[in-house]
Amino acid sequence: MNLSRQFADEIFSKVLKYSTAEETEASVTGTSYSLTRFANNTIHQNVAEEDIVLSIRAVSGQRTARTSTNRFDDASVRRACETALALAELQAPDPDLLPVPGPQTYRPVDRYDGETAELDPRSRAETVGRVIERAEHDGLTAAGAFSSGSVAHGLYTSRGLSVFHEESVSEFSVTMLGASSSGWAKRTGQRWRMLDIEDAANCAARKALESREPREVPAGKYTVILEPAALLDMFGFLLLDFGALAVDEQRSSLTGRLNQKVFGSNIHIADDVYHPLQGGAPFDGEGIPRERVELVKDGIVKNLVYSRQSARKHHVPATGHGFPLPNEYGEAPVNIVMKGGPHSHEAMIRSTSRGLLVTRLWYIREVDPYKKILTGMTRDGTFWIEDGEIKYGVKNLRFNASIIDLLNCVEMMSPSKRTAGEESIEMVVPAVKVLDFNFSSLTKF
Amino acid sequence: MKESAQRALDTSAARGATYADVRVIDIRQRYLSTKNGQAAQVRDSESLGLGIRVIADGSWGFASTCYLDVTSVDAVAAQAVEVARASALCRKREVMLAPEGKVVDRWEGECQIDPFSLPVSTCLDLMLRVDQELRRVQGITLAEASMDFRRVDQLFVSSEGSEIRQVKTQTGAGFVATSFSGDQIQRRSYPNSFGGQYQTRGYELVEELDLLKHAPRIAEEAAELHRCDQCPEGFFDIILGSSQVGLQIHESIGHPIELDRVLGDEANYAGMSFLTLDQPGRLQYGSPAINVVADATVAHGPGLGTFAYDDEGVPAQSTPIIQNGLFVGYLTSRESAAMTGRARSSGAMRAEAWNRIPLIRMTNVSLLPGNGTLEDLIADTGEGIYMETNRSWSIDDRRYNFQFGTEVGWEIRNGRKTRMLKNPSYGGITTEFWNACDAVCGPEDWVLWGTPNCGKGQPPQTMGTGHGASPVRIRKIHVGVAYQQ
Repeated sequence: MNLSRQFADEIFSKVLKYSTAEETEASVTGTSYSLTRFANNTIHQNVAEEDIVLSIRAVSGQRTARTSTNRFDDASVRRACETALALAELQAPDPDLLPVPGPQTYRPVDRYDGETAELDPRSRAETVGRVIERAEHDGLTAAGAFSSGSVAHGLYTSRGLSVFHEESVSEFSVTMLGASSSGWAKRTGQRWRMLDIEDAANCAARKALESREPREVPAGKYTVILEPAALLDMFGFLLLDFGALAVDEQRSSLTGRLNQKVFGSNIHIADDVYHPLQGGAPFDGEGIPRERVELVKDGIVKNLVYSRQSARKHHVPATGHGFPLPNEYGEAPVNIVMKGGPHSHEAMIRSTSRGLLVTRLWYIREVDPYKKILTGMTRDGTFWIEDGEIKYGVKNLRFNASIIDLLNCVEMMSPSKRTAGEESIEMVVPAVKVLDFNFSSLTKF
Repeated sequence: MKESAQRALDTSAARGATYADVRVIDIRQRYLSTKNGQAAQVRDSESLGLGIRVIADGSWGFASTCYLDVTSVDAVAAQAVEVARASALCRKREVMLAPEGKVVDRWEGECQIDPFSLPVSTCLDLMLRVDQELRRVQGITLAEASMDFRRVDQLFVSSEGSEIRQVKTQTGAGFVATSFSGDQIQRRSYPNSFGGQYQTRGYELVEELDLLKHAPRIAEEAAELHRCDQCPEGFFDIILGSSQVGLQIHESIGHPIELDRVLGDEANYAGMSFLTLDQPGRLQYGSPAINVVADATVAHGPGLGTFAYDDEGVPAQSTPIIQNGLFVGYLTSRESAAMTGRARSSGAMRAEAWNRIPLIRMTNVSLLPGNGTLEDLIADTGEGIYMETNRSWSIDDRRYNFQFGTEVGWEIRNGRKTRMLKNPSYGGITTEFWNACDAVCGPEDWVLWGTPNCGKGQPPQTMGTGHGASPVRIRKIHVGVAYQQ
């Protein structure tokens, strides 16, 4: 049983009782989470956790600091309140610090499924058992994770802001391994029955089987079809760059590029927590309602996102993308929805005379923060395409490519779908066919 | 702590567990940062909880809770057994553990100056003075400094009778100067990038780093990077500074020697390893200059991988990994040791917190020092490039193909460091790289670096690891790969 609204309210009442700060903000976050992990066709790790964390922010004389605890007895809450205030009062006043916000109006979202939140370990194990049977049917070895649970979050201020959000979570990822190949698939959602785990297992198995005995292709520039997870993990490196503070501080690749055409004309990107395929709470780290923000239209960077502090500086409304205060980063979009295209996966392959299909990317890191050159490896299913057909699997390659350049070379897109990778947050993105993607070296498998 | 832990053990046994271990952990953390003349983050946190790991029906189960009352402890112990029984539905073999003796002990890590008893204003004042020095240099557009303190008070008890109390204090500190101009963002960091230097010590580490003294030089270098030439592309002899060697060890030796990767446990997420079970004693991992140990003992130094016992209650050990270039050993757990016919675990099981299971993690995986100073090595090199301080790092999921970038480089001509080079990078294949390493500097340049942010596992865990390293020379490696078109 996770954190209830009533318990969160009671904890905040205790905070108000003990806080002597001019202003106080409190967030209460409950996690009830279980994960069943499998490898070598057996469950080798199986875990469950329950935790509730109270985080208190004290404000005193234009100064602020935060403490957190997972102890809720009177003495612990009182100590946390006193510590937050003492830490705040040690600092010099910050003239840009705003008062804590008061009551807000939120657009409701329904992202809770009781069955997913309470799914028992036996049900997860039985599901994993069917995936293992699927692997063994083709002589493959399965490894992966199946998790379920819920996250509940209450946010309060001494000025009367009070909001509570509860969301169920589930995630299934699988890697199917053959003697010389592998395939991967991942699904996430608020309802575990919507994950279509059987389809994910089949997809991963098919990729492992079709990429057996991979061949080498030389490094160079290729036409590449990036499946949605591969695009997502690269795009994640742009998220912080859309924050107004990052641009103000000249640490963003979009510095000096607002209202300029940075990407191809066919690129349209919004941040939209209310999109039916998205997840998360309808408010930010300060409790400000999240707004849908059009970030890129026709390739032009149209808007940034603004915390309250950035919004005041720029004389624009806050967009509801601020991180909990105090922080160094300001704000970022966290519910990316990229407009897709009409092309099916098969149509993109059929249209490719010579190129590569990439399932996922791995260990992506930023090489150049302004040009946004990223490096990383392909993983778990990379294929050679010739004359409109997948011909064979290839050994994995290292890329060095700019995500900005990539989004200027998108030739075709599939419809967007809810996607999860391993190196960024979930997004709604398409598969893309891009030209001149730079692979710089290859590895041995 | 002890009553809760013992009760959890008793309840799990009554429910049918054939083995159990319990960790009750009280974690305190403080993170402080400054940015452009202001405090940016001032944050304290504490987290107390209990995690119980059991074997029932021959399979593993784990459950954890933040509540330590009797009812909650009974419930979480019962839940761990229920989870283990569910695991057994997909069991291929019974879990077996390499034997380990019962231990009753208490250990406290080195900490001369308790960072939590030090006034926060002392820390903020130092960081703001560093910040001021950085911004004094024209061209610096962002000045950032941080300090990070963590104390872990942990009780471990097991159904085999062990009872171990360990208290560790970790300290980290550093700063970075960023300069934006034209179409470039350049950064210089001290003493290392991504948070600075971390060790299992108290505030005395911060004092030894002498942050203020280095601020002007670092800021000047960040600004100068805009005026210097691009690092060329081609095959060059390179010398790497010791912190960069530390990360190279982490990625291309530390991870592949984790036996759980070798056995496939991480195939879905962190990846596997090229170091298959037939490699020890056969693979020439590096040149004869390469000697590597995984050493968690206090004698190795106060690294982030230093402790008295791992999270299975196995005493800290020094394990040979590479001897004169020959690969000889893995990091192991009790289970993986038993699976591969080893008599004993190497003591490398570590968990991030009370709500995570222990996994095989690096301890202090260190390159033992060779001979001579960095200046000697540069003089001996003639022509080449010296690279310092990591900027980017990436390696494939079996740990062959890597690419690193550093914040700065200098051309070496006629045995001397000459013009500065921006955007240096190099790449290669792990064993080819270490076999091309023909010189390792001596103990005077050897530093036990801390990597505080090593990720692994599902759900993800972050762990601190230690890497002793001195500068090294690599012959004819591909340089400039990141910008090669």
